[in-house]
Parts: sequence; C-alpha cells; structure tokens
Amino acid sequence: MGGFEFLIDGFLKALQLISSGDPLIATITLLSLRVSVTATLLGAIFGIPTGFLIARKDFIGKSMITTVVNTAMGLPPVVVGLVIYLMLSSFGPLGFLKLLYTPEAMIIAQTVLTFPIACGITISVVMSLNPKLKETLVSLGAPGIWEALILLNESRLGLITAIITAFGGAISEVGAIMMVGGNLGGFTQALTTSIMLYTNMGDFDTAIALGIILLMIAFGVNLFLTLLQSRSKIKRTV
Amino acid sequence: MASYLELDGISKKYGDKAILRKLNAAFDEGDLVAIVGPSGVGKTTLLRIIDRLEEPDSGEVSFRGEPYSRLSAKAVQKRIGMVFQNPVVFNASVFNNVAYSLRFRGVASEELKNRVLSILRLLKLDSLSERSALTLSGGEAQRVSLARAMVYSPELLLLDEPTANLDPHNVSIIEDALMECNRENRTTTIIVTHNIFQAKRIAKKVAFLLDGELIDYSAVEEFFSSPKDPRTTSFIKGDMVY
Repeated sequence: MGGFEFLIDGFLKALQLISSGDPLIATITLLSLRVSVTATLLGAIFGIPTGFLIARKDFIGKSMITTVVNTAMGLPPVVVGLVIYLMLSSFGPLGFLKLLYTPEAMIIAQTVLTFPIACGITISVVMSLNPKLKETLVSLGAPGIWEALILLNESRLGLITAIITAFGGAISEVGAIMMVGGNLGGFTQALTTSIMLYTNMGDFDTAIALGIILLMIAFGVNLFLTLLQSRSKIKRTV
Repeated sequence: MASYLELDGISKKYGDKAILRKLNAAFDEGDLVAIVGPSGVGKTTLLRIIDRLEEPDSGEVSFRGEPYSRLSAKAVQKRIGMVFQNPVVFNASVFNNVAYSLRFRGVASEELKNRVLSILRLLKLDSLSERSALTLSGGEAQRVSLARAMVYSPELLLLDEPTANLDPHNVSIIEDALMECNRENRTTTIIVTHNIFQAKRIAKKVAFLLDGELIDYSAVEEFFSSPKDPRTTSFIKGDMVY
C-alpha cells in the first residue's frame, strides 16, 4: 500500500469510527472538552479581572509584572506539567489532596496555562482603550464597579480573542496533561495524549479519528467565538 | 456671602510653561458664562481644574462655599456635568449611553426612563433612542454627550468647545438646549468657546482669558459694547494676533 493510499485508508476508517459513535472515542472527547473548557473558564474568570486591574492601576513594578505575565503566556506546557506534578505528588506540598492522575489535576495544569493568556491579552486590550473613555466615566461620576463593567464591555472584542487563544492553547497542549493526568485509559485520556498513545501503538485509524475530532472542536469553538466577535463589531463612525 | 463657584489664585504649569497665573473669578448661581479667548490660553485647563480632572499647582476652588480641599474628587464630579470637545460615546444604545449617568446615581427604573426620554426629546435624539451610539454622526454624538451630562441635573455644567466643528443645525440644537436648561432649571453653566458670536448669542456674562489671566469679565452687553481692556477690544474686533 502506497503512502497516500495508507493515509486515505486511515482517514476513511477514522470517519467510520467517528460515525459509529465509538464509546472510547466519545469518552476521550468528552474528557478533553471538560478539562479544556473548565480550564479556559477558570483562566478567564481569574485572568480577565487581574489583567484589568494591572492595566488600570498605576503602581510600582507594573512594567515588571506585565513582562512576567507576557512571558508566562508562552510557558512550556511540559514545564508547567512538571511543576504541578511535583506539587501534587505524594511527596509534594499538595500531595495530601491526592489529585495526581485525575482530571482535576489536568484542569489545574491547564488553568496555569490559560490564566496568563487571558490576563496578558486583557492587559494589552484594556491599556489600548481610548483614554478619553476613562476620563468621560470619571467626569460622569461613575462608581468604580460601573467604570470597570463599562470598560470591559468596551474591550469585549479583545476579551473574546483572549478566550479563543486560551482555549486553543488548552485543547491542543499535550505536555502538561500527560504529566499530571498520566493518560490512564477511560479516566485521564485526552485527545492529544491519546493521539500520541495510539500512534505509538500503531493504531493509526484511531489516532487519525481523534486528530479529526480535535481539529473539528478547535474549528467549531473558534467559529462560534468569531461569530460572536462579528456580532459585537459595529462600524465606528465617531 | 460666598459665590456659587469661586476661583482663588489658581495657578497651573505644564513643565516650565505657565498655563494659569493666579487666576481669580467668581460665578453666581444661575449664571451662563462664556469663557472666550484664543487657543492655548488655559481655557480647557481651567474647566478641567473645576471638574477636578486636574489639580492646580496653587490656589483653591470653592463650590457652594466648600473648598475643594475638603471634598473628594469623586464627590465633586458627581455634582458637576462636563462635556468635552470631542465626544466619546460608549458601545451601547443612545438610550443606555444617557441612562448610565442615572444608573451611576442609583435612580429607579421608571424615573430613569422618564428623565432619559425627556432629555432625549430636548436634544432631538428621541428618534435615535435605540440606535447604537457608535453609528451616530459627530453632531449627534456630541448631543448624546450633552444629554448624558444634563440628565442628572448637575449643580454646575461645564462645556469645553462643545460645538467646535459642528454644522449649524447641531449648533442650534445644543445652544437652544443649554439656554432652556439655564432658563428653566437655573443650571449654572460655564462654556468655553473661541467663537465670540456664540458667546454673544447664549451667554449672560463673558470672561476673556489671555495667557492664563482673566483680562475681562462682565455682563454680555457690557463686554461687547464697552470692553474694559484694549486687549478685549482687539480680540472682539479680530485684530488680535496670536
């Protein structure tokens, strides 16, 4: 069988696996979604307000903190995995939680990756807002919470970008969840770690099927959020 | 008795450049004062100091007998309305842009709706109520920013060149609204303008600011018919070179 035929055959078998509703593939897909969506939400819930505060407040060390956050946006997942592993392992400071090799450990690891992405992009978006917006709110006597809500609303296109980027980073990473999840069959197997596993086992049909699903999820989520962005975007004439 | 708004020896520098030089002035309740003068003489800075967007280097502002040093900036800004030369509108409907000012003050929904609709009618924005404010023309956006500052009935209304670069239709709507608000509600109003014809049309008193000093300040008829200072005469005649 030639190289291309081999690929096409694998692709067709993969489509069959997906359409048959294979329970193993469904379990892996659902776990991946659960882990990455939760990690993205947690990253956004903590990262967006933190980024907003860093952007709006003037304090000593602001440039340094912004640099640290921006650097952390490119954290190597495998290093994050190592640190979380050491924290959660039986000899680590959080070993008593017994979370190692659980989906919760995977969520923690991915949240460490999504937090700086959400925070860093929020800092950049809020700092680039028209300074007159803030001054207008001040002159109208807006209380702090209203000021924050309105400025975040003005930044919403950028915040959607932050969420898209954070989710993209989470769903596609393999190093962190492999280290803290262990890729245990039916329990902590995610799409990316399973693709590695089945490729190493020579089960290319399943690996390709999981790869197609991973791409479809990434595409679907990005499509949804991009449509949301388009709806929010109104031509500015002022 | 203390004046409604009193400026006592206000000075302000940007770097080495003195913008305001020990400026003294008093404004009475219900006044509609136009501050005129060439560009760059400190008119905008003066308004920003009154609205506490900036602090003077020296001197004191007193509002209704209370010195600013005893009031927080937030407390002052809640009582004052300010309209900037270049309008900034929020990414929301025209109605909500105006309603925000009342929501900041905890006004209940029924009263809020009535007050917003009333001010939108005054500024001829009622037909645009549901439209996104981001799609408005410059003149409409400026009317929204004026509505936003007027809707909470501020004790003092400050306007920084609100009609600069606007067409006559929008200028007329804004001037009519300002005069009506001053006449009906006795809203004390200070408008900065370099347009002496506008000052003549709407103001009760005119102040002439030059190089950070108040050169002339008198009732509108007196200001134009018998100016106290030759520099005022020169400015009115358009002879002033600056």
